Amino acid sequence: MSDAHDAKLVEEGAALARRPGRTTTPVPAVPENWAGVAHADPLSRGHRGYVGTPLARLDGPVKVRGRAPFAAEYGYDDLAYAALAYSTIPKGRMTGLDTAAAEASPGVVLVLTHRNAPRLNPQPGYDMSLRDPGIGFERLPVMQDDRVHWNGQPIALVLAETQEQADHAASLIHATYAAEPAVTSFAAALAAGTRPLEIFGRRIRVELGDAEQALAASAVSVDETYRTPPHHHNTIEPHAVTVAWHGDELRVHDSTQGVLHTAWTLGQILGIDPARIRVTSPFVGGGFGVKVLWQHHVLAAVASRTAGRPVRLALSREGVFRMTGGRPPAEQRVAVGADEDGRIRAIVHTGAYATTRHSPWPEPLSMASQNHYASDAFVLDTSMAYADLVQNCSMRTPGSTIGFFALESAVDELAGKLGMDPIELRLRNETATNPIGGKPFSSRHAAEAWRAGAERFGWSRRSPVPGSVRDGEWLAGMGCAMVSHHYQRRPGGAARIRLTADGRARAEVAAHEMGMGTATVQSQILADRLGLDIDRVSVGYGDSAMPGRFLAVGSSQSAGIGGALLAATRNLMDELLKLVRDGSPLAGLTLAEVGAVNGGLAALDDPSRHESYESVLARAGRAELVVEGSGEPPAEMANVSMFSFGAIFCEVRVSSVTGETRVSRILGSIDCGRVLNPRTAASQFRGGIVMGLGAALTEETVFDDRNGRIVNASLGDYHVPAHLDVPPIDLIWTDIPDPYAPAGARGIGELSSTGVAPAVANAIHNATGRRIRDLPITPEKLL
Amino acid sequence: MTEDGGPVRINGSPVALPDDPRVSLLDLLREQAGLHGTKKGCDQGACGACTVLVDGQRVLSCLALAVQYAGREVVTIEGLSEGDTPHPLQRAFVEHEGFQCGYCTPGQICSALGMMAEVERGVPSYVTADLGAATAGLDGDELRERMSGNLCRCGAYNGIADAVAETFAGRTR
Ligand code: FES
Ligand code: FES
Repeated sequence: MSDAHDAKLVEEGAALARRPGRTTTPVPAVPENWAGVAHADPLSRGHRGYVGTPLARLDGPVKVRGRAPFAAEYGYDDLAYAALAYSTIPKGRMTGLDTAAAEASPGVVLVLTHRNAPRLNPQPGYDMSLRDPGIGFERLPVMQDDRVHWNGQPIALVLAETQEQADHAASLIHATYAAEPAVTSFAAALAAGTRPLEIFGRRIRVELGDAEQALAASAVSVDETYRTPPHHHNTIEPHAVTVAWHGDELRVHDSTQGVLHTAWTLGQILGIDPARIRVTSPFVGGGFGVKVLWQHHVLAAVASRTAGRPVRLALSREGVFRMTGGRPPAEQRVAVGADEDGRIRAIVHTGAYATTRHSPWPEPLSMASQNHYASDAFVLDTSMAYADLVQNCSMRTPGSTIGFFALESAVDELAGKLGMDPIELRLRNETATNPIGGKPFSSRHAAEAWRAGAERFGWSRRSPVPGSVRDGEWLAGMGCAMVSHHYQRRPGGAARIRLTADGRARAEVAAHEMGMGTATVQSQILADRLGLDIDRVSVGYGDSAMPGRFLAVGSSQSAGIGGALLAATRNLMDELLKLVRDGSPLAGLTLAEVGAVNGGLAALDDPSRHESYESVLARAGRAELVVEGSGEPPAEMANVSMFSFGAIFCEVRVSSVTGETRVSRILGSIDCGRVLNPRTAASQFRGGIVMGLGAALTEETVFDDRNGRIVNASLGDYHVPAHLDVPPIDLIWTDIPDPYAPAGARGIGELSSTGVAPAVANAIHNATGRRIRDLPITPEKLL
Repeated sequence: MTEDGGPVRINGSPVALPDDPRVSLLDLLREQAGLHGTKKGCDQGACGACTVLVDGQRVLSCLALAVQYAGREVVTIEGLSEGDTPHPLQRAFVEHEGFQCGYCTPGQICSALGMMAEVERGVPSYVTADLGAATAGLDGDELRERMSGNLCRCGAYNGIADAVAETFAGRTR
């Protein structure tokens, strides 16, 4: 068995090595002011090289051997272990906090409470304007007073010689409370009234024409309410930090989606220069929006300074539920009106979600309806209801996952009323320009994705009559839904490249790897931009001491790194030309006249005029050349509307006896610009689809409405999809480069999850005739 | 605590049992033996990230007290590769994209090895049609059912199943 297997691997490896990966025509530098110019980047112009090839993950061997170090795995002599105690009421004051038993417990080093914690600055939170690199959602003081803001708030930290001792001592902490009236259910929050959601200080409300009137005048319409529960990300690696002070320098081994942001934010709270804080995060055991700064960062740093010892604070799974939030509960109205022939005339998408009064965080669900279907009239708006619950935060994909559930369920309902195929209905409402604002799309091939997906999935075999396909106890059906996500490149990206005399290049970016394959994909791009073999480049990341302000959020990181790397490679080529000596084949050439190829630079019009990097550096007597580059402001979005598109198709079987739904087949047909690495991209798409299956069928954070306490704070009770819940997921993509995006790629992390819940709900309707507008679609809802 | 059976053997080397009987096998590995390859995802027996092999059987090390393992032979992810040569299943995980973040991965790999031994012993699963068969297979839903104790929030399930199926192809009837 293993011989045959090894032989196959050897063969595959050799094939990979032989594949003409390295670029063979000179790749010119991307000119300045590229952002907003179509096809300014040669990698978006049908270039062939490593980009687009299915390179296996470079960090794969480390991960499969268990040698990838995560945040809770850094050792220090004298390390002390922390455990937290949590409040058990949702709101009020602590009238007593008995720590005596904990302090007397064996091995305890320190018990930290609001009584002895040093004074700290408030948490700055996330800066929506992106001016400051704040990260984190809460703006509350951390353990500074006796106030309780939610059920599960950390009220004490215990530090001990071992984790067992810390856990035990934390269980001995006893608080008494003077409870105050609290809003502990979404229903109560809604009943207390809602406020409009503002982003950047502006309401996100969109109004075009008179949508209510157009709806009333439509020949056919649907008008329904959709409900979705709270969700938790539940990365398999719980949040953890290992921290150590060296004098007044703080070292943080973290699991974060923002190394630089974490350093900056901790600096603000602790009142020290962020440059004195070094945050590294080489591996992140899943992020999905939640690996940001939460109170445990602050508490670990403070406990470490107070005790004078390095500290490990790894949240328990229960702790993850108690003190980090996820997607908030929401209630949405979607109404769509159309002509008899399916032409949409009106879209109304309004809704409310729960957030906290102290740190309102946006879940812009109505934006899901903003950029897709041509319609004469729109009303889109989101409002907030305040509750005294754990802070909500961004979860793959904010606004869209639940917004699309409502929109794409409603569109399916409309197709039913029209007696029209749901794909045909969508194709009839395709648009080349954004219906809001009228900008042309940079590259929109949604119709191709729909058609190719329908063909591959066998959509024509779907029975249009709900409840008509039966196989014993099982009812079978097919459903589909649109996916979409906006392209985003955030300001502040920067990169450093070090080219050494042996002809190797290493780039460094303060970016993140949480499973996306960051280092692999960026190495492919760097190799192509510099005309180097893949094994002569490397990409360093996950260190706040590296350049650039990156957040691994909103599927924006690849574009951000891309924009920074193309600037840095341009600067590198420019600096190399300055080193060129008389007699070099490159002598006299300008930046615009050269490209990178074969481990060096060459004239674009005569590639035989070539000099290797080794030679250029050697002749100039240089051991290395180090340059930096910064991404241009993201002007590419100024004149075009940049979105990825696609469609999810799924087939379900629903038991008529138990109401259980099994997803038997699923296909994603994707239009995301250029696919930089088909392996890692497929992985991302599948991952998003799997998370969508959880939202569709099983996931719900259950709060006790009486006291706001989460009752299913474990992976045994909060049901994420398991192996048997996930069928083989088929994928196809258009692979059409976006002319405006670095390397032609629009970002993929969040795209596929957006349409899964509605595709499943629509398939369940097709199978059973039952329309469920309330996630998750658990068996009792189908009985 | 070691009067009968002596220390626990981990990847062939003896490791002293802890003085504190509350220490889980998982924490013994991670905090005392310095073997961080075995992961802690929940500490509650619900995710499978901590799966190790004890005398060839898969065990959730977070639910096991270390002191119970005197004299037993524990194999962790670090013990699977021979020197620099990875186990075929480890290679297959790389080839088939059996992971993204890599945090559940050691548990998936150890679990798959233990699972295969169960299949070969004829241990039936919930989806096995013939409970009396001498050996089970990995066809149909068997593989996915038998691996369902190992959660992967990154959703790399397809790649994991492909890697396991390819590695063990030919080992089942
Ligand atoms: S850590 Fe043991 S099952 Fe989750
Ligand atoms: S690879 Fe991230 S949890 Fe499985």
